[in-house]
Amino acid sequence: MKTQLCTFTLGELFLGVPVDEVQEVIRQQPMTPVPKSAPEISGLINLRGQIVTAIDLKQRLKLGPRAADAKTMNVVIRRDDGAVSLLVDEIGDVLDLAQSVLEPTPENIDAEAKALIRGVYKLEDRLLLVLDTEKVVAV
Amino acid sequence: MDGMEELIGEFLMESHESLDRLDEDLVALEDRPRDPDLLANIFRAVHTIKGTCGFLSFVKLERVTHAGENLLSMLRDGELLCTPRMVTALLELTDAMRSILNTIEQTSGEGQTNYQTLVAEFECLVMGDHASARQPLITGLSAEVTVADTAPPLMDAGPNGTTSAAQLDVGADGRLIVPDDVFEIDGIVLPPPSPRRITPQLTDFEVSAAGKILVPDDVLEIDGIELPPPTPKRGAPRPTFELVTPEADPQPAKVGAEPSEAKAPETTAPDAKAKAPKAIQQEANIRVGVGLLDELMNLVGELVLTRNQMLQFSDASSDPNFHATTQRLSAITSELQEGVMKTRMQPIGTVWQKFPRLARDIARSCGKKVRIEMEGKETELDRTIVEAIKDPLTHIIRNSIDHGIESPSVRAAAGKNIEGTIRLRAYHEGGQVNITISDDGAGIDPERIRAKAIAKRLVSIERSRLMSDRDLLHLIFAPGFSTAEKVTNISGRGVGMDVVKTNVERIGGSIDVSSSVGRGTTLKMKIPLTLAIVPALMVEASGHRFAIPQVSLRELVRLEGDAATTAVETIYGAPVFRLRERLLPLIRLHEALELPEPAPCAPGMIPELNIVVVQADDRSFGIIVDEILDSEEIVVKGLGKQVKGIPCFAGATIMGDGHVALILDVVGLAQGSGLGDGTVSRDTDRAETTRSESTAQMLLIFGVGERRRMAVPLEAVSRLEEFDRDAVELAAGSDAIQYRGGILPLIHVADHIGGCRPPTEVPQLLPVVVFAGADTRRVGLVVDHIIDIVEEDIEIQGLGTRGMVVGSAIVQEKVTDLLDARGLIERFDPAFFEAGDAA
Repeated sequence: MKTQLCTFTLGELFLGVPVDEVQEVIRQQPMTPVPKSAPEISGLINLRGQIVTAIDLKQRLKLGPRAADAKTMNVVIRRDDGAVSLLVDEIGDVLDLAQSVLEPTPENIDAEAKALIRGVYKLEDRLLLVLDTEKVVAV
Repeated sequence: MDGMEELIGEFLMESHESLDRLDEDLVALEDRPRDPDLLANIFRAVHTIKGTCGFLSFVKLERVTHAGENLLSMLRDGELLCTPRMVTALLELTDAMRSILNTIEQTSGEGQTNYQTLVAEFECLVMGDHASARQPLITGLSAEVTVADTAPPLMDAGPNGTTSAAQLDVGADGRLIVPDDVFEIDGIVLPPPSPRRITPQLTDFEVSAAGKILVPDDVLEIDGIELPPPTPKRGAPRPTFELVTPEADPQPAKVGAEPSEAKAPETTAPDAKAKAPKAIQQEANIRVGVGLLDELMNLVGELVLTRNQMLQFSDASSDPNFHATTQRLSAITSELQEGVMKTRMQPIGTVWQKFPRLARDIARSCGKKVRIEMEGKETELDRTIVEAIKDPLTHIIRNSIDHGIESPSVRAAAGKNIEGTIRLRAYHEGGQVNITISDDGAGIDPERIRAKAIAKRLVSIERSRLMSDRDLLHLIFAPGFSTAEKVTNISGRGVGMDVVKTNVERIGGSIDVSSSVGRGTTLKMKIPLTLAIVPALMVEASGHRFAIPQVSLRELVRLEGDAATTAVETIYGAPVFRLRERLLPLIRLHEALELPEPAPCAPGMIPELNIVVVQADDRSFGIIVDEILDSEEIVVKGLGKQVKGIPCFAGATIMGDGHVALILDVVGLAQGSGLGDGTVSRDTDRAETTRSESTAQMLLIFGVGERRRMAVPLEAVSRLEEFDRDAVELAAGSDAIQYRGGILPLIHVADHIGGCRPPTEVPQLLPVVVFAGADTRRVGLVVDHIIDIVEEDIEIQGLGTRGMVVGSAIVQEKVTDLLDARGLIERFDPAFFEAGDAA
């Protein structure tokens, strides 16, 4: 179902990615930072023997770095060239948005961040931003 | 039709292999045109392919293969002698076959090309010396009919199974398909359908529109069947035919047997398989998909990691049973690892196989004669390495033939054999594979390299003088370098050798060149045997753990107490360490990786210094780390593309405790810290570790900043002046002064040298060292004070190039840096020295 989204929160934002792109969701893992890497790269984690690059989604969306003590969850995105994990605050439910319309992203969002967002769903009580995972992992 | 697809797949795979061997054999045939084994092998290979394509209805492929087969059968039977023109045609045939096979693979069809010219060439070659009255060969089929897989029994075969040729189906190659229940065709009795020989020559005959074969008058017997004598009416085509059993040409046995005897044709069953049952191969081999092997490799990697974790638990436990079991697990894992590694090993011969043909083709197009000798082709390498060195080796051979080997006339004049030789050698040594490529060509002239490098501004004149012949030769690996007078379309575009070096280094290897003018050149590659599981030393810096592959490791130095604090000397920001009379450049790991400084030594604790001495290329340097931990066997895992590009890291691994650790790339670390730019390699590993200019030089020594001593060769200097600091004006954005009727631009040396503390007061008079350049150009280098002029025989100790410094030496008992004046001036005005030589 293309319209099923795995959702999560990041600060004030409520975000989602198509559920078939998500390999798994896992709690905070010991992180090995990579010196001299881009600031959006938090580091590497060991996922059952696989070394997965972790991206600080907050930084990636131009919202500043994650606080060191923030509660973190990993949303592991499945990709052909190797899994990538996105660091988020909390995991939400899987929502089915077949009934909703994906609206275009508002123009007044930071241009670089805007490129990473596919569109917005208007939910009853808040907005759900849909991420373009392809662009997000291209650090 | 599943079975069909599988058959086609196998056909493609085997044919490709066959074609590769064919190439080799054909090139050998040129040297030994009478060799019966070669001819038999070549014939058999072509015949095999032709046979299967008949069954699989690859008409075009069969046609072109058939043309070559004709020639080959005459060669094999001794009716013709092999000439280079024939070999060229046959090589073109293998290319044509490959091309059709590729098209089949991609589109399931044979494509549009008809290869008529090639077929015509073969006919020409066959006719060339053959003085018989044979009719012209088939130039095309007049009847194209689809092949029936099975030939149904004839409906109206006569009582004795007689019929006429007109009743029979014609195969795609113009041959009649004869069902088993037919015993007589047009009055000619067929031999019983028992195993019998199919003679390719039969297809030499023309095929009439009705699908009948026209037999010339002088042919009396076809395939053992005596033909009735020609009817009195001469000229009329005789109805004859080709006798074929219902299925396609079977494949001859693979091992050893002569094609003419061992063709085991199919059984009488109409749906017999296309291939004869394979003859027994000599060794028991199995085809395994490469994907499966890779999977096994990964699993073994995981097993090794898990084993490492078990060992950790085992160490922490006191249960003897647990210990014993873990030990057993460990031993089994190691053996399994070894075994799986072996499956990935491929002999280097698979890469070399293509070279004789490549060399022949290139040599011919250059008008030279070259042969390739190979030694050690059974030397085994990991599959991925074999892939990675294919292109570098190819390029080196191209270069060698194009630029190294001289033309036959030049060689003859030099008293050399007109045929040049390129010798390839491969052997294992010390955990690495050594591959050498030597030619007996013209060699590389260091002087020409120097001239070219200077002209291309890859190196300054002064620096080039400090370089040994070996250093100069290594300039061929610099990007943008090429000594070819004219760029041929084969090589000489200046992108080759540096890409070769990069590719070799990417797989962890190194490359070296040596040469002797007039005698030849040798390139030597060293490549590690395995990539995936390597022994490494774990170190710690700023609380982070890193792995240094043991292959780069030279030694470990540990100092405690006072020695620890005083051992590291600094030459202005650049730490060095005296290691047994060698000045070893140092990198502080936490600095190189931009990590926070480690906590300083607490009072009461003994200070310690840990240096890991490593080697990158031929350069040694030391890495200062906080702690040296254990040696471990680690599984190298690649980095994701988001972090792959960082030069200091070669990969990552998972430690026994489950944490991820990064693997350092020693070469990348060196480059990142400014330890040399790769074009000048200073060998600090030899006993004599200094490069010496043994002629005494006049040096101008001056001070820059508060404490730094620098020197330039006096011959480079035009004048020494002193200017009032107030007279300095601005011209075109930089300082300048009016001088001798002109404007003298000024460069403040202190601004361009790193790590200089400015003097506490600016003097009123500025000492300036004036340099003259092309035309009437002049520039003045502002220093802090002129110290002295000395004549000294100095030995420059190389530290690579940091900033504008060529090297350091001990002058007047003090450490003095040699300023790269030319480099500094050219930064300011690239055309300063253009028309002449200021040095």
